Amino acid sequence: MTRTLVVVGHGMVGHRLVEALREKDVTGQWRVVVFAEETRPAYDRVALSSYVDSWDAESLSLAPHEDDAVVLHLDDKVVHIDRDNKVVRTTKGRAQPYDALVLATGSVPFVPPVPGRDLPGCHVYRTIEDLDGIRATVESARAAGRHAGMVLGGGLLGLEAANALRGMGISPHVVELGPRLMPLQVDEGGGGLLKRLVEKLDLTVHTGTSASSIEQDGERLIAKLSNGVELDLDVVVFSAGIRPRDELARSFGLTVGERGGIVVDQACRTSDEHIYAIGECANIGGMVYGLVAPGYSMAEVVADRLLGGSAEFPGADMSTKLKLLGVDVASFGDAHAKEEGALEVVVNDAVAGTYAKVVVSDDAKTLLGGILVGDASKYTILRSLVGRPVPGDPVALIGPEGGVELSMPHDAQVCSCHAVTKQQIVDVVNSGDAVDVPGIKACTKAGTGCGSCVPMLKKLLSECGVEQSRALCEHFDHSRADLFEIVRSTGITTFSDLITRHGRGLGCDLCKPAVASILASLDNGHVLEGEQATLQDTNDRFLANMQRNGTYSVVPRIPGGEITPEKLIVIGEVARDFGLYTKITGGQRIDLFGATVDQLPEIWKRLVDAGFESGHAYGKALRTVKSCVGTTWCRYGVQDSVSLAIALELRYRGLRSPHKLKSAVSGCARECAEARGKDFGIIATENGWNLYVGGNGGFTPRHADLIASDVDTETLIKLIDRFLMFYIRTADRLQRTSTWIESLEGGLDHLRDVIVNDSLGICADLEAAMEKHVDNYADEWRGVLEDPEKLARFTSFVNAPGTPDPTISFREERGQKVPVLLGVPSVVQAEVSR
Amino acid sequence: MTPVCELSALRPDQGVAALLPDGSQVAVFLTSAGTVHALGNIDPFSGAAVLARGIVGDRGGVPVVVSPVYKQAFELSTGKCLDDPSTGVPVHPVVVTDGVIQVGSP
Repeated sequence: MTRTLVVVGHGMVGHRLVEALREKDVTGQWRVVVFAEETRPAYDRVALSSYVDSWDAESLSLAPHEDDAVVLHLDDKVVHIDRDNKVVRTTKGRAQPYDALVLATGSVPFVPPVPGRDLPGCHVYRTIEDLDGIRATVESARAAGRHAGMVLGGGLLGLEAANALRGMGISPHVVELGPRLMPLQVDEGGGGLLKRLVEKLDLTVHTGTSASSIEQDGERLIAKLSNGVELDLDVVVFSAGIRPRDELARSFGLTVGERGGIVVDQACRTSDEHIYAIGECANIGGMVYGLVAPGYSMAEVVADRLLGGSAEFPGADMSTKLKLLGVDVASFGDAHAKEEGALEVVVNDAVAGTYAKVVVSDDAKTLLGGILVGDASKYTILRSLVGRPVPGDPVALIGPEGGVELSMPHDAQVCSCHAVTKQQIVDVVNSGDAVDVPGIKACTKAGTGCGSCVPMLKKLLSECGVEQSRALCEHFDHSRADLFEIVRSTGITTFSDLITRHGRGLGCDLCKPAVASILASLDNGHVLEGEQATLQDTNDRFLANMQRNGTYSVVPRIPGGEITPEKLIVIGEVARDFGLYTKITGGQRIDLFGATVDQLPEIWKRLVDAGFESGHAYGKALRTVKSCVGTTWCRYGVQDSVSLAIALELRYRGLRSPHKLKSAVSGCARECAEARGKDFGIIATENGWNLYVGGNGGFTPRHADLIASDVDTETLIKLIDRFLMFYIRTADRLQRTSTWIESLEGGLDHLRDVIVNDSLGICADLEAAMEKHVDNYADEWRGVLEDPEKLARFTSFVNAPGTPDPTISFREERGQKVPVLLGVPSVVQAEVSR
Repeated sequence: MTPVCELSALRPDQGVAALLPDGSQVAVFLTSAGTVHALGNIDPFSGAAVLARGIVGDRGGVPVVVSPVYKQAFELSTGKCLDDPSTGVPVHPVVVTDGVIQVGSP
């Protein structure tokens, strides 16, 4: 018989419980009813500060429970538990019987009893609604020309909140009672470096002090710190820890801990055997854990127990790795050397801005824990070695390159979000079930949580001997990026020269267009010049898009989607005179279908004479830069999006790239141009432009990510120049910007380092390359019309130029001609109606 | 045999289409090795007369033309489709006489 599980609370841990139970409960023993006090389903609270990038709550959502066995009641809080009859009651008057009850009520932010803490402008930092409230305060302060903020609490959450404020354009004061930032995770040395690094980002750090009062002064707030400092503020965010939400348990007689938290045993069972508690509301082994990973472990334990298992809480791994304000911070195992006799080995490189410490046992033979600040790349492997023998000299673990080669033990956890061990990954790789990172993700879920273990997954693949071949095709062992560098550094200008010197055979439909694109990106003249014509895919070879019946479509460039009536009439006349099917595209242009090869030059003659240029709809190149109508007409616009879109489209027109490139510019945050669905999208702000990169539609739609905010037009164009050139130089063949960014070691953060902070010192070179492209641009169709030899290629038959291809025929649909499908016998209308 | 064009009109690895007296079409290729091939121009997978517009190269050393529609490779010397050996295109005999390419019936 089906039993009923009632879950109180739909945060990340409650969500995980439902998912885990539904996955394991293959025989359908349980139906699940969830009551949530919040009005929205579970979302990724760990990533809360990223909400500031987009103000799109959707971007934080967790996978919905698409499952008939699960009912989720939002905005309906459980207020009563009748333990004798096993029924809960809710604010909306529901009475729900249960066979098992799980309390996943989470926690509330702790607000220290500072006088003035309830004043307007004071906020906590836990939910999307909290951030909306902070935003409203910040915006009204900014409208008055002010922007001063304070975060009370310099722990992990406090720095997250500071990050969110920075995302809103505020450089806050951070006030921490302890002697350093993140006192739980890092030691004095690490905390010192962390403070130096975040202060470079205009944060002001006050340690060893707290707020003694907050007072209102007109529109502003005055905070007095216990060390005598007075701060003049607009917004205050409390982020000083959490308190478990155990009031429901208290009211109905469940045991709670002295300092709060619903007391549970190792099976996460409360003092009532039918009731469990998990996550931040639970007190397990005397501890309340404010991290999501132990909460997930508890959810897994309860799912197992509900199905008759005997799982126990494995203990909490308090290891943490995060990037706060662009600074890597990690701490693992016995980070503070609390174990008796533990020895610390520290490498503190103030010049490089890195701090690393390992803690080893008194005989220096066993690794106990450690702290990494500034560079946490060794975190995954070091954490996996905790409790195991130190291979060699401990300092070599954290010394500069050339230290010991580290290998993870097999039972070590690689993915802590989904508790996946190295053995599990090695197994799916060795069995052939997974041959690449996406395969491992699909088989084991590893890498699908925070993603910090993805570099390790790649390493494990190569440890297992899986060659991640990047060879372009059978003719070249090089990746596209390698070939690009070869062509750029050697100055090779032809495919035959390249394949003779660096490849083998005759080439194929993979390497020829790829090399053609590289040659074009490096400005080697017209794409149909000489041998280059033989390298092009048919679309590039005829500078038009081939359709299913062998005819082509024609797309003239309409920069930014802006067009005069005269030019619109020309397009209409050309379409009418050549009998072309006409359709508006998604990129704010007009597509003319059904042109035969020999018609293309005649059509383009008319278009070029009227001032049109190739729209490159056929190429792996910049397609279009869409725009909304912007400040010129729109009542809401804050910048002139049309002018910018036209400028960008004209700047990057003709730029050949590994895949097609799309862009859009929106004149305000309403985002009518759908810029975040583009490879590079620009959204206007009151202070300038926000630049987003890596979006696309297609098979796997993806929103672009914010890479720079509130920049002026000149800076924006520099950043786009660098972004596009870096992409063109380093991406694989047919790799869109989104997958390219994912494939970069370090992902978006690395990309930002390269193109915003110039970490590789190549920005000037990238800009110069783009400048060269802009200077050398010439319209490809004009180039064909002016060259009789190129023009001669546009014939239907070499022995009968001008004779139409007899296999092409058209019929009419809604007043326009459409192709008669080839190889499909056409049905006589009369027979159909009979 | 139908004279189609002068050999000098062809560029290596760049096909042209020609119309035969019976209304059929051939795709004529000059390879970089200097050999001339003529295949039926109709791609059997799409029905479109476009093989002449495909990229010429090799698969494992076998000279091929790749259909521009759905990218199947056809062996230049036999017309056989390497991606689906049950399919293929007709091969037309070719002779070059006095610099003129002549194409026959398959």
